[in-house]
Amino acid sequence: MEEKDLKYYAKVHSIESFGTVDGPGIRFVLFLQGCHLQCKYCHNRDTWDINGGSYKSLDSIFEKIMNYKNYIYPNGGVTITGGEPLLQAKFLIELFSKLKQENIHTCIDTSGMVALTEDIKKVLSLTDLVLLDIKHIDDKKCKELVGKSNKLELNFAKYLSDNGIKMWIRQVLIPGYTDAPEDLLKLKDFLSTLKTVEKIELLPYHDMGKFKWKKLGLSYTLENVPNATTEDVQKAKKALGIT
Amino acid sequence: MNFEQWKGFQKGDWQSEINVRDFIQRNYTPYEGNDSFLATTTEKTQKLWDKVLDLYKKEQASPGSVLDIDTKTVSTVSSHEAGYIEKDLEDIVGLQTDAPLKRAIMPFGGIRIVEKSCEAYGRKVDEEVEEIFHKYRKTHNDGVFSVYTPDIRAARSSHLITGLPDGYGRGRIIGDYRRVALYGVDVLIEEKKQELEVLNVDELTEEVIREREEISEQIKALNELKVMASKYGFDISKPAQNSKEAVQWLYFGYLGAIKDQNGAAMSLGRTSTFLDIYFERDLKNGSITEEQAQEIMDHFVMKLRLVRFLRTPEYNELFSGDPVWVTESIGGMGIDGRTLVTKNSFRMLHTLQNLGPAPEPNMTVLWSTRLPEGFKRFTTKLSINTSSIQYENDDLMRITLGDDYGIACCVSPMKIGKQMQFFGARANLAKTLLYAINGGKDEISGKQITPKYEPITSEYLDYNEVMEKFDQMMDYVAKIYIKALNAIHYMHDKYSYEAIEMALHDREILRTMACGIAGLSVVADSLSAIKYAKVKVIRNENNLAVDYQIEGDFPKFGNDDDRVDQIAVDIVKTFMNKLRKHQTYRNSKHTLSILTITSNVVYGKATGNTPDGRKAGVPFGPGANPLHGRDKNGALAVMNSIAKLPFDSAEDGISYTFSITPGTLGKTENDRITNLVNMLDGYFAQTGHHINVNVFDRSLLEDAMEHPEKYPQLTIRVSGYAVNFTKLTREQQLDVINRTIHERI
Repeated sequence: MEEKDLKYYAKVHSIESFGTVDGPGIRFVLFLQGCHLQCKYCHNRDTWDINGGSYKSLDSIFEKIMNYKNYIYPNGGVTITGGEPLLQAKFLIELFSKLKQENIHTCIDTSGMVALTEDIKKVLSLTDLVLLDIKHIDDKKCKELVGKSNKLELNFAKYLSDNGIKMWIRQVLIPGYTDAPEDLLKLKDFLSTLKTVEKIELLPYHDMGKFKWKKLGLSYTLENVPNATTEDVQKAKKALGIT
Repeated sequence: MNFEQWKGFQKGDWQSEINVRDFIQRNYTPYEGNDSFLATTTEKTQKLWDKVLDLYKKEQASPGSVLDIDTKTVSTVSSHEAGYIEKDLEDIVGLQTDAPLKRAIMPFGGIRIVEKSCEAYGRKVDEEVEEIFHKYRKTHNDGVFSVYTPDIRAARSSHLITGLPDGYGRGRIIGDYRRVALYGVDVLIEEKKQELEVLNVDELTEEVIREREEISEQIKALNELKVMASKYGFDISKPAQNSKEAVQWLYFGYLGAIKDQNGAAMSLGRTSTFLDIYFERDLKNGSITEEQAQEIMDHFVMKLRLVRFLRTPEYNELFSGDPVWVTESIGGMGIDGRTLVTKNSFRMLHTLQNLGPAPEPNMTVLWSTRLPEGFKRFTTKLSINTSSIQYENDDLMRITLGDDYGIACCVSPMKIGKQMQFFGARANLAKTLLYAINGGKDEISGKQITPKYEPITSEYLDYNEVMEKFDQMMDYVAKIYIKALNAIHYMHDKYSYEAIEMALHDREILRTMACGIAGLSVVADSLSAIKYAKVKVIRNENNLAVDYQIEGDFPKFGNDDDRVDQIAVDIVKTFMNKLRKHQTYRNSKHTLSILTITSNVVYGKATGNTPDGRKAGVPFGPGANPLHGRDKNGALAVMNSIAKLPFDSAEDGISYTFSITPGTLGKTENDRITNLVNMLDGYFAQTGHHINVNVFDRSLLEDAMEHPEKYPQLTIRVSGYAVNFTKLTREQQLDVINRTIHERI
């Protein structure tokens, strides 16, 4: 793999020009390549490998985004997801700086399981909204489900709260994994300590990403887990005290 | 002129000349509010609509879904006796024949088509009619085929040029039906007599003779219109007195047209805001209530939903679902900056809620980024709930067409009463490309269709060589195409002249020669494959190129990638310029559309394997759509690709059909509305011309295919019109389902 200046190049998986569920309004969604977690339920398994995807230059990405300004400005914006976008923080500093000059709303969809380096703090200062995907409130279960402790992400959430950065909390509701009443209660308590939470979204687990695992010749460990039903979601919402 | 019926209207030029736009501009009340004033269905409306639904059921159960045919009476403006659904319940009256959904015969276009149609539905044309039209009266169809040259016939039967209106009415002419209401027929006759006087010149040249004859026909038709109205007990010689009369008079004008012509598209124009002036006057003086105003519009629309034409099953293959394109253009902005949205724009659209979704009238919203927010949200909400609305770019069209134009058929804009078109169907550009490779031999039959050109003999296609040969073949197709259209429209004027529609036009009008192309995205992708990947030719035993192997990847149209999008842009410009080189009938102005309606299925069926990897028989993308499944970057990338196509070179319209699942459009209804508004604002700011908006889940369509009885009113937008999904052929239903429906996993 050729060496690129990671300020001016990003490892990109794909783009979606019309996103409507990852932040407010119409979103230009940039999927970055590479993730350091191993979520068993990941529906974008093909974004993990840091050696996958292809390098795109800052200018070409920015130019591409500007092709959609008529749609995403002023009510929508740009959402960076992945993969884990914050693995490419140097690039995001440059991209978001440019987007802020155009008054375009910036959003990051992250697990928050990263150390708060100066680069990441800089990215967050340029970010209008963080979609924070809390993997699991229970540390042990978290490790089991995604392969990493939740300490970093809970710390990350606190940082957002302390620095006045808006966030939408997300949790994937997986029957038998994340829907235990005591865990939901614990989550509720934790969220109540955060000051900048605008929204809490429960994303019902579905197995529509399964085919991507199969395509890569991998086994899917949640094979026997059912999709979360509307009823499951309602129950969990009640436990969290949201509508 | 002054009439007591005009009391309360602002004075202006419209009183001294026929000038409906001036009347509108001086008298209309822009409405910037939301939909909260609207009234629901009255009891009377509900009763009447139930009767119509009942009739629909009977129609659907009849052979070929044709309820009845009057096989004896040759249809003219005044041919039939009055007909009713239920006289006492109808605010607005008038049917094409003496009974609802009974179809009329219109043999001036062609007697064989009428005979074939009747036979298809188990009926036979009256013997006397047959004798007259076989023995004594030549038809448009006879006329065209008596002059067609062998090269035209070959291009036609090989599907190089397709869907030509040589056996059916050309349509796509919009009479200014508002004139009937505003002036009454006597003033219009007087005006036409004055036009004849203008043409009382020293030299009777061919042009003058033709025009004098046409105007005489127009006067005759206007007199017939009065006769027709009198059968319903109305005297329309004078202007309409109130809103109910205004709707009735206007509808009589339109009814005259659809009794006279079985045109491919019989569009209504831009009537809602005009009528609003009458409703406002009546509401102000307290003579009607909002409920009554809505009731009148509901009843008007019910009549428009009953329009039927007698057509052959083959026609249905091209344009399926029995469409008539009663296109009504709604909204838009005036050139003075005021919106042309009125309360009656809302009422017209509100019929989709009061009577439920339906394909007709073909509701067309003229979108401007500056439209009032309340109207934007209302129309998009209806789109999301009914999939029955199409949108066209008012900000783009207003530049050249002003603020009193309307859409004929699907995407063809024309100034109302001042412009008409010679409808020209379309040339199959994908086949043209294959002919370029095979030196003019058809890739399916192997027959030499064009004069012999040098075929490509190399194993791999070379971009420059293909482009050179494609350019030559486009030259040939453009030439044959215009030749055919000149013959068709000469004969249509001669044997099936639209006298009543043209009577509702000025004397001096702009005529366009409206050509079209099919298969644009297939050609763009093919050329892109040849340029950016390697394309190997597979030839059969006769050395005919019949298939292609692609090595490597290539950019595909619909991904906002300039490398291929620019190829599509260039093709449109190039072909348009080639058409411009040829002399047209009546010096009509060349225009082009990128629109296939549902015929993308038939054209695809008739076209062999293409160098982009599309297999023989697979449908093209409809209109300007990318080929199904080739767009990988989401809906807006498709829109950006299509918006690059130059309207200047495709003034007859560029059609895009867009389908999305509700969940992909947004999480809540409010989000969906906001996102759709922003999407439309964005697309039109990018200079996109037209978009059909469908919001549904694939599973709903699959269920409707298996259980049509559960979905009597399921309406979807296809290229340029809406259609009752259950009336599509199975093949077309599958095409719609297989088409890209944007959805997020």
